[in-house]
Parts: sequence; structure tokens; C-alpha cells
Amino acid sequence: MIERLDQIFVILKHWLLGYLPESWQTPVGVILSVVCIIGLYPALFAITTVLERKGVARIQNRLGPNRVGPYGILQPMADGIKSLTKEDIVPTTADGVVHFLAPVVLVVVVFMGFAVLPMGRNMVLVDMDAGLLFYFAMGASAELSVFMAGWSSRNKYSLLGAMRAVAQMISYEIALLLSSVVIVMITGSLSLVKIVEAQNHYTWGLPHWFIFTPWGLAGFLMYAIAGTAETNRSPFDLPEGESELVAGYHTEYSGFKFALFFLGEYVAMFSISGLGSTLFLGGWTAPLEVLQFIPSWIWFFGKLFLSMGVFIWMRGTLPRLRQDQLMNFAWKFVLPMCLLNLFAAGLWHFMGAGWLRWVVCSAILILAYVSIGREGMRRKNLGPRSYRYAE
Amino acid sequence: MGFVFYLISTFTVGGALAAVLLKNLVHAALALTVAFFGLALLFLRLDAQFAGFAQILVYVGAVAILVVFAILLTRGSELPKEGVFSKTWLVGLAIAAGVFALLAWAVLQAAPWLPQEKAAPTVTVNDIGNALMSRYVLPLEIVAVLLTAALLGAVIVAMHEKERSR
Amino acid sequence: MANPLTGYLIVAALVFAIGLAGALTRRNAIMVLIGIELMLNAANLNLIAFWRYGRHPEVLTGMMFAIFSIAVAAAEAAVGLGLVISIYRHAKTTDLEQMNRMKG
Repeated sequence: MIERLDQIFVILKHWLLGYLPESWQTPVGVILSVVCIIGLYPALFAITTVLERKGVARIQNRLGPNRVGPYGILQPMADGIKSLTKEDIVPTTADGVVHFLAPVVLVVVVFMGFAVLPMGRNMVLVDMDAGLLFYFAMGASAELSVFMAGWSSRNKYSLLGAMRAVAQMISYEIALLLSSVVIVMITGSLSLVKIVEAQNHYTWGLPHWFIFTPWGLAGFLMYAIAGTAETNRSPFDLPEGESELVAGYHTEYSGFKFALFFLGEYVAMFSISGLGSTLFLGGWTAPLEVLQFIPSWIWFFGKLFLSMGVFIWMRGTLPRLRQDQLMNFAWKFVLPMCLLNLFAAGLWHFMGAGWLRWVVCSAILILAYVSIGREGMRRKNLGPRSYRYAE
Repeated sequence: MGFVFYLISTFTVGGALAAVLLKNLVHAALALTVAFFGLALLFLRLDAQFAGFAQILVYVGAVAILVVFAILLTRGSELPKEGVFSKTWLVGLAIAAGVFALLAWAVLQAAPWLPQEKAAPTVTVNDIGNALMSRYVLPLEIVAVLLTAALLGAVIVAMHEKERSR
Repeated sequence: MANPLTGYLIVAALVFAIGLAGALTRRNAIMVLIGIELMLNAANLNLIAFWRYGRHPEVLTGMMFAIFSIAVAAAEAAVGLGLVISIYRHAKTTDLEQMNRMKG
């Protein structure tokens, strides 16, 4: 009974496919899974917009939207109708084709990442051998759409926002990759299904999640920072901050195209949270051995919503980072910490089981954090500001 | 040669043609990205998944962005007055056509003798990792040194020189 | 074509020729670099096609060669574009027709 509940979507899909002739089963099965993903995540996006507005509002000691439905839960309906019926304004001097394609490219590329995430036991769309590499390849393509949006608007603020956003995304992408490489090194596989399987063991009732190891905790923190910066989310949202650059690279977009950018950003957040929970938090595995009766997909989506809650919390509480502080942070703190994390993880693997490896690895990482983080990022004496242009 | 191969090839060759023919530089760079994607799809068709995804990650995610940034920093959006093709464009085109004719003749002539193993090679990423660390470790280390040298070189070449006091 | 390998080789030759034409006929220095990237990509396609259809694909020579070629091409694009930016700063133009003197 518990297994049936756990595998209910798989059983449902096989039952539906049973009505079709043999040769049609695989293509229709793939299309069915794709339609489910494309339908599910925008629905989660709608729920998240209202949760975010209420959450950030409560942190800021105000109420948030409460008019549209009971406690404002029907607000996404109102937002959807508004953005669909708004006039689609395209500036005359804007580059028509590129302006149209930028949000399309963003949404396509962001949804491709979900093809390799295991959302439950046996619930992955494609079990690729190089799954993690495919995910990062799709993430790298998203930067191009940001640039296309900023350049095609023929607007100095948009271009400035786009260049800042691309520089930020490239810098933190390296940190994202390096913190995931630690997991690949320890597991020995790029396939996300195998990575979750490697965390599916329990010792004294506690799981073998990678976050419970010293290098896993450091890796998770680096991944969380890099993931927040990749999706241009506060406190790294200078490219789209309202008080800085009007709206950055999506200034000239209105109506449905703006809604597509918004959708792309939130679905990218889901995607990165999903990957983070797969790599570090054990994907669809339960936190305690006794809790395994709860279906695996509930754990996956629970961890996803927990990560979204942390994102919303960070947005409400932390101030925005300036561009040079952001880049300084990426290259001078996050990157060296990730490299030292790799070294610590390697030491962990070769030291053999026991308490010694815990002590040594934790010591290395704490020493690195204190020396690089605390001392290295201390503000130097401020001099007159210098500017750099290309010519 | 299936329909999918022809579709992807048209896509790739079209992107490459657009990349060298378009007057607007940023459009040309975006067409180049389309060509890179098409080539990655061809790699995937040839059962080289690692190479295909590495192509997208490196070329689309880094080289295309580099090209676009360079176009922006050197004011590429302004078109030159005398057009975008050089005065000797006919000679260049003739040379390129000659090269293509030679290559195509060579390929079609050697067609009966080309190897054609039908079975797809089962290569896992594990094998690639093992090969990189055992048989190809020297090229790996040399590429690492090369990338470090290129990084330092590019930063120094493009760095803004400090104002020399005259 | 009975042999699928010839299809891939013809496509690679076509992309190579297009890249060569771009590198030889365009005025802008960055377009020349775009042509060079196309040529390198065509060579990679050639390598992977021969790896797939050749004997002993488990030795991985073709795939390794292509991966190293991708890395080297990325490094060369970075240095080349840095050079273009540096020349633009000095000559205020990227037009290759105007850079026909050895004296700076």
C-alpha cells in the first residue's frame, strides 16, 4: 500500500499507456511526462508568487495582497489576467526579432533543466549518464537570453543591467559548478539518479545526506550562494533592482513577455532548488528512517518549498549587494572556498572511515573560512574611486 | 541518412551562413550560437554525449558571450561606411569554394573505403574520466597550463593601462 | 549515401568552407574570429564522426581530441578577443582594411 502510494504517478502512467498499441507507447509516454512538468511548475509558480508577496510583506510588517480571495490566495489569477490583457509595447527602435525571442529562449532553456531531476523514486524524465552536465549546459544558455533582452531594447539602462547580470551569472556559474563537482567526485557519477541512490542509506536512523559532512555543508552553502546569484535573486538582484536601474534588462517588456521573464526567473529558482536538494539534501529520500512511509515525491516537493521559503526569507531580510562587492565576493571568497572544499573532500575520501577525517576536514574548512572570509574580505582603507572604461 | 540528420544539418549550415553574411554584428553572433547548438545536436546524434554537452557549456555559455561582449565594447553596432566586406572579397570566396570542392571530392571519392561500424559505442562518463587520468593525463595537464596562460594573457592584454605621467 | 559517415564529413567540409569564407572576406576583426571558431567546430565534427564510425571507439581517441580542441579553442577565442579590444583602444577602429601599416 505504501509502495503503491509512493509509485502512484508511475502506476497511473503505465495504466494510461496500456490502452495504446506497442509502438506508440514510448513517444506518448514521454509527451505525457513533459506535459505534466510543463503544467506543474507554472502552477507552483502561481502559488509561490502569492506566498512570496505575503511572506515579504509580513517580514516588512505589513499585510500583502488580501483583497482578491480569502487571504489573497486568488491573487495569481488577477495577475495572470492582467498580464495577458495588457498592451504589448515594443519600442520602435528596438530590434524586433531578438526582442521577441529573448523571453522565449529563457523559458525554453529553464524548463529543459527539469528533464534530469529525479522527483521521486523512479520518477525521472530521462536518466542520462551525464545528467548533471546537461543541467549545467542548459543553465549556461540562459545567460544569452538575458543579454538578448538587454541589447535588443536599445535602452542604456537595459544594456547596463544586462551586462551586469551576465557578468554576475558567469562569475557565480563557476562557483555553482565547482560546488557540484565535489559531489560528483565523491559519488563517482554524473547521473543524478545515482547521486540520490548514494544518499539513500541510513545509520542509526539518520540519513547519509551529503549536507551532514563537513565538505557537504560547505558545498551546500557555496551552492546556495551561487544559486541565489545565478537566478538574480536578492541579495544579488542589482541587475533588476527597481531603485537602481528601473527594471534592468526587462525594462522595455510589458504584458505577457514580462510575465514570461517572471515565470522564467521563478522556474529557474525551482530548478536550482531541486538540483540543490538532489545533490546535498538527498533528493526524494526521507530525513529519518522511520519516516519512509511518506511518499518520496512529497519529500522532494517539501524540500523544494523549504528552499523557496529560505529564498523568500533572504529577500525580505538581507540588503542588496553592490556590483563590485558582488564580484569581489564571487572571485575572492566563494571560488577559493570551493577549491579548498574539493581538497577537503579528497582528503575525506582517502582517509578512511573514523573520527579523524571529521576533525581534519572540519579544521581545514573552518580555517579557510576564517582566513579567507573574515580576514581577506575586511575592508581596506578607502581611497578615491577609480573608473574603468573600454577605451 | 534520416530526416533528423538533414534537419539538424540545415539548421547548422544556415546558422553558419547567417553568421558570416549578416551585416549586424550582434545578429551574426546570435546566428553563430544557433550554429553551435546545431553542431552540439550533431554530436549527440553521433553518441558523443559528453562532447555535445561540453560543446554547449563551453561554446554557447562562454565563447558566444565573449564574442558578444567584445562586439559591445568595440562599438560593433555602428556599420562602417564602405560596407562590411573587404575589397578582395571575390578572391576569398573563390578560395573557400575551392577548399570545399577539394574536400567534397576527397570525401566522395573515398566513400567506398570509409569505415562504417554500425554498433553504437557504449561509452560512459566513467570511461572518459578513467581515460583522462590514465592515458591522456599529459594532454590534460598541458591544457590546464595552457588555460592558465591564456587567462593571464587575456587579462594583461586587455587591461587598462595606467595613465603614464608625461 | 550508403555510408552515413560521408554525410557528416560533407557537412563538416561545408561549415569549414563557410568559416574560411567569413575569415577571408569580412572587414571586422571580430568576424574573422567568428570564422575561425566555425572552422574549429567543423574540425571537431570531423573528429567525432570518425571516432563514431571508425574501428576501436572504446579507445576514445576521437572524443578526447575533440574535447581538448574545444578547450584550446575557448582559450584562443579569449586571447584573440582581448587582442581585438586592445587594438581598438589604440587605433579606435576594428576595421582590418585600415590596419595596413606596420607603424602603430
